This record gives sequence, structure tokens and C-alpha cells, in this order.
Amino acid sequence: MSFFRDTFIIFRRATLLSLQNPAWVIIGLMQPILYLVLFGPLLLRMTSVPGFPPGNAWQVFVPGLLVQLGIFGGSFVGFAIINEWRSGVIDRMMVTPAHRVSLIAGRVLRDVMVLMIQAIVLVLAAMLFGLRVPFGALLLALALVAMLGASFSSLSYAAGLSMKSEDAFAPLINTFALPVLLLSGILLPMSMAPAWLRYVSDVNPFKHMVEALRAVFRGEIFTFIVPFGFGLSLALVLISLWTGARVFRNQTR
Amino acid sequence: MLEAAKEQAIVARGLKRSYKTRTETVDAVQGIDLTVGRGEIVGFLGPNGAGKTTTLKMLCTLLEPTDGEAIVAGCDLRRDARGVKRRIGYVAQGGTTMREAKVSLEIVSQAQLYGLSRQEGERRGKALLRALDLDGIWDRPCGSLSGGQRRRLDIVMGLIHEPELVFLDEPSTGLDPQARANLWSHIRSLRDQFGTTVFLTTHYMDEADALSDRLLIIDHGRIVGEGASAELKERLSGDAITLTLRTAEDAAKSQETAGALENAANVVCEGNVVHFRVPNGASVLPGLLRKLTDLDVEPIGVEIARPTLDDVFLNLTGRSLRD
Repeated sequence: MSFFRDTFIIFRRATLLSLQNPAWVIIGLMQPILYLVLFGPLLLRMTSVPGFPPGNAWQVFVPGLLVQLGIFGGSFVGFAIINEWRSGVIDRMMVTPAHRVSLIAGRVLRDVMVLMIQAIVLVLAAMLFGLRVPFGALLLALALVAMLGASFSSLSYAAGLSMKSEDAFAPLINTFALPVLLLSGILLPMSMAPAWLRYVSDVNPFKHMVEALRAVFRGEIFTFIVPFGFGLSLALVLISLWTGARVFRNQTR
Repeated sequence: MLEAAKEQAIVARGLKRSYKTRTETVDAVQGIDLTVGRGEIVGFLGPNGAGKTTTLKMLCTLLEPTDGEAIVAGCDLRRDARGVKRRIGYVAQGGTTMREAKVSLEIVSQAQLYGLSRQEGERRGKALLRALDLDGIWDRPCGSLSGGQRRRLDIVMGLIHEPELVFLDEPSTGLDPQARANLWSHIRSLRDQFGTTVFLTTHYMDEADALSDRLLIIDHGRIVGEGASAELKERLSGDAITLTLRTAEDAAKSQETAGALENAANVVCEGNVVHFRVPNGASVLPGLLRKLTDLDVEPIGVEIARPTLDDVFLNLTGRSLRD
């Protein structure tokens, strides 16, 4: 099918383009490890504080980092699409007979692959620090992170391509990122929050994804929060891919 | 549309495009009719903001027309956009490649998007680079090329699938005179070697003049003139002739004589100098001088200036292209 072929061509080009700058590859791999080394020890001290969720500190912390990786790794790709648009690459590709949706899907696929590599590095490093997690749970966790990454990278491409300006895009990311970060319990679990803050955070879908991932890490796969978190991620990924494809299609309107 | 339209490279009828801004609707292109024959090089000339790029983008499937229809490379623009895409090449004004990407990566992926294999893309890419004097850049990042090289690379990108029709948007903007002349000769040889139809937009007179078999002149979203450069100049402007005489009295006599010439226009007398315009000045001038000799008037200076496209544009729109 030409859709898959076109998607693979775009994926391959995007991947080779990323590899042409080894500095970014190294920074990309260092990032999760820095979080682990510089923030992890702080969190270990917190386990005795009332309200800290059950489980090993790493089982609480690593799922949060994974979700953060998915959200933030994806969010910034919009800058790249603005750069590509300005270089004339997007218009050039839209004149080819290639499938419009492939133009975004191939890029999203590259982002998900990068994210998966980062996530695996993160988990392996955390295992050295003392994280214990069943293998099946790990696969489930990676699937959820992949869905998150695909969602945010599509949304970011969509936003970048509709705004076509870094100056407008950067504040959007900041406005969106900070509340999501604080209200999802990524850094500190929401179970430690006062009641009003917890209610606010309940509206944030990402909190439930983090909670679901933590349950998976504890091996509690058959509790309600897990299908709930996965359901939310699936809905998000569908909405995001649809939005991204729509923005690409509407470029010619 | 007519079946005959498929014989042409482009036939457009009533092509329109309007944009909605927050406060109003702007008609960027207000109904364009045009025909481009196969193998022609047609220049689309007009000032910035006249609607050139908008028209081009519509013909290239990058922008949906608000109204009107077109047959491009034998395919209906509205019903068979994919057929159009397969048969045309498009080189945008702002370039086509990423600075960071290697030339090979951009060329091969572009070829693949047109359904060619990686090997075929490599083979054609290298051959095209050679044809455009770009040997040896295969493994270099696009950003390391000079302006002229990068522009020629853009053309390679637009030709990788051997389109029968190629659109060039402002091909030589920002290049130095030598690089421009070089680019023009490459574009011309494209048509001569492969029979490629070339449709280019430009706001440069010299580019339109040097390159095109035929010109379409656009202003305020409408086509206001059409024809070969020489023909347009002859028809719409004529040569500018300046006679310098000994006295103002002689000048007055000359003004009268010149004014009586067939098709003479804008006859003005300033002191002992007379200006006027006349088509085909070189053949009119000897006769005029003979008549003046009969009147005992002897010019001390005669100047004849060929019209420029700017004169044509001024004549068509009442303003200069450089405004």
C-alpha cells in the first residue's frame, strides 16, 4: 500500500536527519539519566512522608518520568516542523503524490521510536538504581508511553504547522506544559496534595495515565485505574492523529 | 472542459482565489484565463503581490481555487489532483531543502515519494546534478552550498521524476548576476534537451526577457497583457526617439513632422529637444530625417532607445513595475 510506503519514506528521512546531528542523539539519551540521577535521590527521602503512594520509590518515580518523557519529548517537535515549513520542505512534499497523512505519520513514527529508545534507557538505568518491575508490565508501560508520545507529537506538529511561527508556538507550549506537569503528579504524587488541588488534578487526564502506569509498575494490572488510563491514552491518540492529519490536509484550503 | 485542453500543458479558465482575513475577503486572484502550450517557456510577470505565487500554487495543487477550473498536464486539477502531481514539478520561491540534510538524503527521499526506487533516485539524482554542474555535492549538507548551487539543487529536486511540466517560482531571486545568467542557461537547456514545459513567475524584467518565449503579465490578480516579449514591446510601447536640434524653432518644426508619423505617440518638445515614441523606430527614422532635410532642419543629435518591459508594464497598468 502506498500509504505505508510513503510513511516509511518520511520516517526514514526524518530518522537519518536526526542521526546527522550526533550531539542531539547524545543529549536525547542523557536527558532521562539526568532526571534519574539529579531528582531521584531527592524523592527517595520522601517515601516516609504521609500520603506517599505504596511501592518502592522507583516504582513511583519512573512511571512519572516516562509520562513526562512522552509529553515533553513530543511537545517540542512542533519547532522542527516550523523549520521544515520555512525551508520549503512541507510544500515540496505536498506537491508530490505522497499521501498527506504519511507526511505527518512518518514523522510521528520517528518521534515514537526516539521516545522508545529514551524510555528503555531510562528503565535500564533505573534498574541499576534498584527498580524492580515485571517484564510484561514493562511492555504494557512502553505501549502507554508510545501512545502518549504519538499524541503529543501529532498535536505539536498540528499546532506548529497552523501557527508557522516559533514566537507564537513557544508560549503555547509553556502555557500548556507547566500546569500539566504540576497537576499530573509526575514529580510529586497527587496523593500528597490537599483536597482542592486533588480535585483540580482529577480533571487532568494525564494524572490518570501516570496513576495507571504506577499501578502497572506495582504489578496491579487488573485494577480499574489501568484500563481507565489506557482508555484515556487511546482516545487521546485517536483524537491527536485525526487533528494532525486534518491540519496537514487543510494546508491547501 | 474541452478535450482539446489536454493537448496543452496548462489551460485555466476563470481561476479565482480569495482569502478570508479577520475583517474582510481579499481577492488575490480574480479570475485568470491562460493557456500554455507543450514545450513552451512562459514567464508570469508582475509586481510583488500581484497574485503570481497564488496562481502558481493553485496550478500546482498547493492551494484549492475558490472558483474556476484548469487542466494541468492533461489532468483535471479538481478531479484528478494526484494525476497532476505525478506529472508536474514545483520549485518554490523559498527553497526546498533542509540546511542540515545531506543532498543525497533530500534527493533520494524526494524520488521515493514519486514512487521511484532508492537506486533509481540515486541514479537520476546524480545525472541531474551533473547536468546542472553540481558534481561532487552528493554528500554535502544542503546548507553548505552557495546560493546559486542551492537554487540549482532546488531545480534538481523538482525534476527528479522527469515531469513534463515544471513550475519555477521566482527562480533567480537573491542570486548574483553571474549565478543568474548560469541558471537561465540551465533552464533553457532543460526545454531544449528534454522538451520540458517551463512556467515561471518573476518580477524581474531581465529574467522575463532573457528566458521566456511568451509572457503573461499580471496585475492586481488579473492578466493584463500577453505575448512574446518583442511583440509586446512593439505593440504596447514602441521605441523612444530623441532628436536634438540647433534651435527651438527647428524643434517646433520637428515636433510637427514627428507628430504626423503613423502611430507616433507622446510627442513632446522641450526647448531644442523633441521626444516621441514610435513602433519600429529604426525603419521610421531615415524617412523622418529625409523629411526634416527637405524642411532645412538638420538634427545635431539622434537617439533611439529600444523599449523595455518596464515601458510595456507602465503602458498596460499606468505604473512602473518597480513601484
